[in-house]
Amino acid sequence: MSSIQWQFPRALEDEAIYILRETAAQFEKPAILFSGGKDSITLVRLAQKAFHPGKIPFPLLHVDTGHNFPETIQFRDWLVETLGLELIVRNVQDSINQGKVKEETGKYASRNALQTVTLLDAIEELKFDACIGGARRDEEKARAKERIFSVRDEFGQWNAKIQRPELFDHLNGKINIGENVRVFPISNWTELDVWNYIREENLAIPSIYFSHEREIIERDGMYWPYSEYLNTTEEEVPFRTKVRFRTVGDMTCTAAVLSEADKLEDIITEILAAKISERGARIDDKRSEAAMEKRKQAGYF
Amino acid sequence: MDVLRITTSGSVDDGKSTLIGRLLFDTKSITQDKMEALTAASKRKGLDFTDLSLLTDGLIAEREQGITIDVAHIYFSTPNRKYIIADTPGHFEYTRNMVTGASTAQVSLILIDARKGIVEQTYRHFFIACMLRIPHLVVCINKMDLVDYDETRYNQITEDFQQLLKGSFYEGKEVSIVPMSSLYGENVVTSTEKISWYKGLPLLDYLEKIAFDDEDRQHPARFPVQYVIRPKNEQYHDFRGFAGKVASGSLHVGEEIVSLHNGQRSKIKSIEKFEQQLSAAHAGDSVVITLEDEIDISRGNLLATPDRVPEGRKEIIAQICWMDQQKLSPGKTYLLQHGANRIKAKVQQILGVTEVTTNRTEEKTDMGLNDIGRITLKTAQPVFADAYAINPANGTFILVDEFSNATVAVGFVE
Repeated sequence: MSSIQWQFPRALEDEAIYILRETAAQFEKPAILFSGGKDSITLVRLAQKAFHPGKIPFPLLHVDTGHNFPETIQFRDWLVETLGLELIVRNVQDSINQGKVKEETGKYASRNALQTVTLLDAIEELKFDACIGGARRDEEKARAKERIFSVRDEFGQWNAKIQRPELFDHLNGKINIGENVRVFPISNWTELDVWNYIREENLAIPSIYFSHEREIIERDGMYWPYSEYLNTTEEEVPFRTKVRFRTVGDMTCTAAVLSEADKLEDIITEILAAKISERGARIDDKRSEAAMEKRKQAGYF
Repeated sequence: MDVLRITTSGSVDDGKSTLIGRLLFDTKSITQDKMEALTAASKRKGLDFTDLSLLTDGLIAEREQGITIDVAHIYFSTPNRKYIIADTPGHFEYTRNMVTGASTAQVSLILIDARKGIVEQTYRHFFIACMLRIPHLVVCINKMDLVDYDETRYNQITEDFQQLLKGSFYEGKEVSIVPMSSLYGENVVTSTEKISWYKGLPLLDYLEKIAFDDEDRQHPARFPVQYVIRPKNEQYHDFRGFAGKVASGSLHVGEEIVSLHNGQRSKIKSIEKFEQQLSAAHAGDSVVITLEDEIDISRGNLLATPDRVPEGRKEIIAQICWMDQQKLSPGKTYLLQHGANRIKAKVQQILGVTEVTTNRTEEKTDMGLNDIGRITLKTAQPVFADAYAINPANGTFILVDEFSNATVAVGFVE
């Protein structure tokens, strides 16, 4: 299986570009939600293509939890500089300082859920009426039901039961004041599609996607990156080994996989042979069967 | 690599989820952790088998009630192509979802329970496949294991289905009727001894062999302008590009085009896709085109080659599917969205509402959720649509409620 050179289906790129252009045309103030992960890097590339030779007509919005991998932040700043993009950063720490959210405690403490509040505040403050995200329907079963233009109410909430039907390629972005839309141009891409696209387009990605040596601890059968943000018990002794990350979230909710893959081809081979799904490495999803749906209802992207 | 979009529909308990699960399994598209989560969830529900429907029923309410309430998208790939399944619920009240799932499909997959044969729901699915003129139709006669793989039973259902095909959109077209047991994986991905009397291909082999659909390319060129690109920087000071996705046909550099809303003509100077200069663009391509002359073009305009242009009409007859809780009220103004264009439109008259399971049309004064009927519309500006039967890519629209902003209907222009 691994010897087959899988190609990226180009129709998906045409579709994503179409969606981005509809977003630019139908909304007054869109923004790209940028995490520094491979999906949002893909979005930036697609936006570049959609509006060339013009500039990307939206800023990037990064909700910084303060628990990011330093490699991701470095990469973010490099990309913004190289492509001449506008970057807006809002910090979860500020929401904590303002008393709007409370830091979680215990060994599973993470800021993943807290970032929803910071995001919703940023949307309100900056008056974004469309936020473009890199979520894909293949990631998770609640996301499989998500629309391409997904309307959120004034409180940022997703109501799965009253979603607008999307027919052919007609996208309806009409909203009332105060509402906003989450736009998902790569809804129909799979993890493999994203990797093949990155390979075929020769896109730069943060170094933590490739095999590297790192201090980790083992917990619940997963390899957690050791950092000052992770609350550990005495039995959890960090050790160094070769790992890579398949998905990039916070250092407190993203598990590593043991891997020697240091080239895109090897990563793709590894994914094809993987027994665990991509979000299987996301500790935030393991909280319950409906963890994602509950977060989405609350305004998570 | 191309993409094949499939819509699946069936009735309650005819094994649709199992079939999709089987396709994912046998193409190795489901990972071990998802499988384990499924097994655990099935156990919690007190089931003694792995309920594959839990894989597609993504919402809490769906899992609670054991039903599917929305279109789910499922993906799998073979080395040959990528597949997207729009899985739509089998409950009778969800015509709206079936139409939605079917709207982008090249293949309609209809499931029939071998024990039950053609049921009311089969007529509904078939009606929708015909209405949307989905290019390929595949009928899966599932649960053959429960009728002892009986060839006579298969032949009976096939005969009944042939009756249905008569006089329909699919008459004379290749329609595969595949006997299978998705529970045991027979004739889904691999053929089997037990159904050796069946000489056709297993389902996946059949899907793999469907030729890439380029029907849209054969039609006249239609290019709805989505967005005007004007960089206004030094390098591209006078650049004025029209961005859009070619709806149908092909455009070539040097070719004459006409902007339909004002009849102005020009020639295509360049076709660009990011940093690439192309000589032509075809249906489905997202490109930017520039023109030789400065003519007035903005978002919502439709560009076409001047030979076969659609007539601009302010009165339209269309078949629609109503999709909102609030009933259609004749005389009310809606927004008609066609291509990148939004125009005020008033529903003049309901010409008739069709009962999809019997194909009988009745006169009615209103239309409710899931109703399919013919209406006349009057629009504030001309609409440059083709008849759906002639050029589907330029023959559909949606109606948007001006106040709730909901998408209330999809329409097929006659």
